[in-house]
Amino acid sequence: MTSDTTEARGATRTGGRVGYGDLPGLIALMAGDEKHSPAAHSTLDALWVLYDRVLDVGPGTADAPERDRFLLSKGHGPMAYYAVLAAKGFFPVELLRSFGAYDSPLGHHPDRLLVPGAEIGSGSLGHGLPLAVGTTLGLRAQGLDGPAVWVLVGDAEFDEGSNHEAVAFAGAVGLERLHTVVIDNSSATHGWRGGIAARFAAEGWSTATVDGRDHEQLYRAFTAPHPGRPHAVVARTEPKYG
Amino acid sequence: MQSTHEATMREQFGATVTELLERDPRTALVLADIGTAQFAGAARAHPDRVVNVGIREQLLIGAAGGLALTGLRPIAHTFASFLVERPFEQVKLDLVHQGVGAVLVSAAGSYDWPAGGRTHMAPGDVALLDTLPGWHVHVPGHPAEADLLLRHAVAADDTLQYVRLSEHRNAEAQPVAPGRFLTVRQGTRTAGTVLAVGPMLDAVLEATGTLDVTVLYAATVRPFDAAGLRAALGERADVVLVEPYLAGTSERAAHRALAELPHRVLSLGVPQAEHRHYGSVPEHLAAYGLDAAGLHARIAEYLW
Repeated sequence: MTSDTTEARGATRTGGRVGYGDLPGLIALMAGDEKHSPAAHSTLDALWVLYDRVLDVGPGTADAPERDRFLLSKGHGPMAYYAVLAAKGFFPVELLRSFGAYDSPLGHHPDRLLVPGAEIGSGSLGHGLPLAVGTTLGLRAQGLDGPAVWVLVGDAEFDEGSNHEAVAFAGAVGLERLHTVVIDNSSATHGWRGGIAARFAAEGWSTATVDGRDHEQLYRAFTAPHPGRPHAVVARTEPKYG
Repeated sequence: MQSTHEATMREQFGATVTELLERDPRTALVLADIGTAQFAGAARAHPDRVVNVGIREQLLIGAAGGLALTGLRPIAHTFASFLVERPFEQVKLDLVHQGVGAVLVSAAGSYDWPAGGRTHMAPGDVALLDTLPGWHVHVPGHPAEADLLLRHAVAADDTLQYVRLSEHRNAEAQPVAPGRFLTVRQGTRTAGTVLAVGPMLDAVLEATGTLDVTVLYAATVRPFDAAGLRAALGERADVVLVEPYLAGTSERAAHRALAELPHRVLSLGVPQAEHRHYGSVPEHLAAYGLDAAGLHARIAEYLW
């Protein structure tokens, strides 16, 4: 990491391109901690690779019917998400300083009616996957076969039974445009014997398990073909409290 | 109960929504194994807009929310226990909190299947929805009213609409207008007022045949037609609510409507206590004091 808070601010001031190296500085605007490490944000790398290289959506297409959809289901700890949205220009970087304040659009859980670029409001766990299933169905019903629907869940969030309703249904009907990235930082209290990917594979999903810090591995997994099936990428990171 | 077969509200729901799916490409129907048979044809004609998620009610509501996020008008249907109670947080978050609209259509709300017992009774459904903002609640008393209210609910842009269908019905349809209470019987200037909701109308009319009361009819209870209630009052603001779900559900709305007047409100409906008996709808209505005899006794005592 070469950047710091000052550099991130500078990038915004000059309208220059904000990169991955600027994200810790952006997060520091919210966390108030200049030394905040990206390792504290298990979702950061997956989010960055998605928004930087995979998703076909940006500030200019945030309401376009043909845009790709990214649904942050794991709404806890949204600083990495806000930092990436700001870096990609969905809202001004300066807004990050207001994180959690009374009049801020940036709460400790995202609200889609307040955060530019946020497809759903989340925070209560286990809502994103069912919403993503409905979103995928709705796009298909309107002949919008192009957009991909992505949803990010956590391995502990996966405890919630609503996820399993969605995983089983999506696999059974072959919702090809549905994609799930599971951030697995081993935070589920009782773990997932045999791995999380096995739960998706058993329901007919295409799956990949990769190093959640390795951008090339993430990119390859995110863009792997999966004809006729939904696709799940399990991104493993260091244990939450390890 | 009619001797020749007329469509039930659920059968009317099947016919009405099948037609709406045909006519309006924005409509989508989500089911959870309940009620699929009557939509088999619609599912063949519109496989992308008629979705059965299986016995997965959290997904039923979540998927409806997702469909709405893409601009469709979702209609979700199952028994009230599994449409409102079981996935209540999905109703709160996947619909209301996301800022999207949907039409929820329930069956078997309170006592439609008494032999099914408590697991298939949800008399608190309307009260639960009252804890959330924005819900329009329709309680038709006749299949023809269900048809009208369903069409209204689906056409009402991106609003939140709940249509509560029942096996319990009145003999004749009323000329209902969504959101407006209807005066069915006019009492004298000193009469009390009885508000009958949906399927309770016939029993209320029979119960009050010998009493000097004004009978109002509500097939839409949310929003509560406060102006309509006030306009129906004579010199007394004494009101009896008769609702086919949890007793007292509309009591707060009635008090709010009458807040500027000295008034009294008696709330009749399904008791909160579990009623551990099976049997038939008439037996349950009698046990709850919601048959004509039970209503007559309580209304006469209260208004005199």
